Amino acid sequence: MEQIEFHYPAARRALKQRAHVGVVGSGDMEVSFEPSAQDGAHVSITTSVNGYRDTWKAVFDRFFSRFDGAVNIHINDAGATPGSVLLRLEQAVEETEQ
Amino acid sequence: MTTTGFSPLFVQRKSFIELNGRRRAYALFDENTATELVGPFDRAESPWLPMQGVAPQSDDGCIVIKGKISGKPAVAISLEGAFQGGSIGEVSGAKMVAALDLATIDSKAGKPTAAILLLETGGVRLQEANLGLAAIAEVIASILELRQHAPVITVIAGTVGCFGGMALAAGVSSYVVMMREARLGLNGPEVIEQESGKDEFDASDRALIWAIHGGEQRVGMGLADELVEDSVDAIGSAVQRFVTAGKPAQHRSEQVELYRQRIADLDSSRQIDPLALREQWRSLDSKGGTR
Amino acid sequence: MSEHIGLRGKAWFQVLTGRDRARKEDPASVLAADATIGDELALFLCVIPNPESRFPCVRDGQVGLEEGYALAYRIREVLNADKDKPKSQKRPIIAIVDVKSQAYGRREETAGLFLAAAASSDAYASARMAGHPVIAFVVGHAFSGGFLTHGYQANRILALDDAGVTIHAMHKEAAARITRRSVEDLERLGQQIPPMSYNVQDYAKLGLLHQLLHVESPLEPNQSEVDEAKNAVTAAIADARKGSTDLGVRWESPAAQQSRRAGIAARALMEQQWKNA
Repeated sequence: MEQIEFHYPAARRALKQRAHVGVVGSGDMEVSFEPSAQDGAHVSITTSVNGYRDTWKAVFDRFFSRFDGAVNIHINDAGATPGSVLLRLEQAVEETEQ
Repeated sequence: MTTTGFSPLFVQRKSFIELNGRRRAYALFDENTATELVGPFDRAESPWLPMQGVAPQSDDGCIVIKGKISGKPAVAISLEGAFQGGSIGEVSGAKMVAALDLATIDSKAGKPTAAILLLETGGVRLQEANLGLAAIAEVIASILELRQHAPVITVIAGTVGCFGGMALAAGVSSYVVMMREARLGLNGPEVIEQESGKDEFDASDRALIWAIHGGEQRVGMGLADELVEDSVDAIGSAVQRFVTAGKPAQHRSEQVELYRQRIADLDSSRQIDPLALREQWRSLDSKGGTR
Repeated sequence: MSEHIGLRGKAWFQVLTGRDRARKEDPASVLAADATIGDELALFLCVIPNPESRFPCVRDGQVGLEEGYALAYRIREVLNADKDKPKSQKRPIIAIVDVKSQAYGRREETAGLFLAAAASSDAYASARMAGHPVIAFVVGHAFSGGFLTHGYQANRILALDDAGVTIHAMHKEAAARITRRSVEDLERLGQQIPPMSYNVQDYAKLGLLHQLLHVESPLEPNQSEVDEAKNAVTAAIADARKGSTDLGVRWESPAAQQSRRAGIAARALMEQQWKNA
């Protein structure tokens, strides 16, 4: 069980609304997006698969290179692949823009 | 042949079984009347799962939606089958009991509030064992309170079905709606094979499984009320009808003498042919056996 | 598994009622008798093994089709008989619990065991809601569907404080197979995680139990132990009569406030949001 945190201080655009997608099934994850209270974005991941901090960092570095929302992201993860993670993040972004 | 204008009903039909627990619950309500309570942003999670290296879910696998169905107040409690097999833990059980009890309070105060239970569950979450089991006893108790004032409608769609202690929740409900794909039973095929051997139940025999536990069989036997196709509209309209119908004249789980006699009449000397039993009980029902 | 399951149930039913046999109209596995406790008559119920049962999957003391409906039948008989009596005169119903589990059989599933279990659970709960004090006295094993059917709808639960008493969702060997752990691992986990423990003293910490009773020889209690048990049951009956007819007491004790705090918080949040919805 690991708790992983990241901070992206440059992401400051106000979020239109919050979002939640996904189910914590085997090989899957859920993610919620909420407006962050302070400047920048915060990511908090609870994962049952240990040892992939660098992979998560790479995924989020890539995500925040295109996304600039001031968001608190929380993830409960049961082994989603990086591809699945990006897909869920994109679904969440879509939901925030509805 | 072109495909223009060729649109068979099954293509147009929106599948219910493909929806997750949250979408299934929302689909039942009148437009713009539904609100989720203690939802994912509230993070009411299991304290026990992380202690065992299992990732929790922010709603603990139980979704509660309050709103109106056919203009009448209703609450839907939906179990997410993809999270821990829809199993009942401390928090998911507490959410279910709380929602049922609040519906009872409203009902007693003059605002009858039906409960729709979307049961996609294997029963107790073993990682929370005794708190899960205690919660199920409380769910049963709370259904029995509410059903005196407003209908409690269990919907079983699949693919998990409704097994374990939660099958008793289905058993004490006012009405049970099942899809053909759905299954309902106290013990699933795997646990029977495990406890009593492959001769007793071959868990790989899918035809046997649906012949005994499947929606068509359960409805045919009079142990569930309506068989519905895999369509959001069909499930929604069945639920609306039962919400509007209100309380049944008598509850299935109160019909003790009737079922005691049927069990006494069973030939237990060999395995029972499910189709033959279905025919037998169906003909007894039509002679005025049950409602 | 420790000693033979079901023998404690029969032993305690006998010392409390003087009977050890089923009524003629009931299956041999269901003992039902009216007996005096305190200064009133109560209905005592117990499910015991019947090696001659016509249902092969209940012969070791599992709760099956006949058992579920027989329990429901006897309870509803009392419910009807006491229908017009004031609450203070509604007969107590005492479930003596020592059940292996529910029956794991194809006949049972085909004939709707879930409904037999629901019918018994319904009857116990209906009696409780009508004002009958319902007491569960766990003298041996109380597992999953068996306990849901026979005992878990009680106002008050008492248990013997003894290694032969286990209240749980699934017995160790089956739970180990399903969760793909060893039995030793499960026992270790149970020490860290109270709801998973097989030890009745840990169960007591969950706040669901009214009282733990210590008895030196649970299979052959002496007269003073029987008297102590009778006093405890009598006191539980009085306590149940004073309280509400729902299961709210299971949230109230200091142990429950601690062990069930996540559930308590979820309920409070639900109530708050329901009012604003």
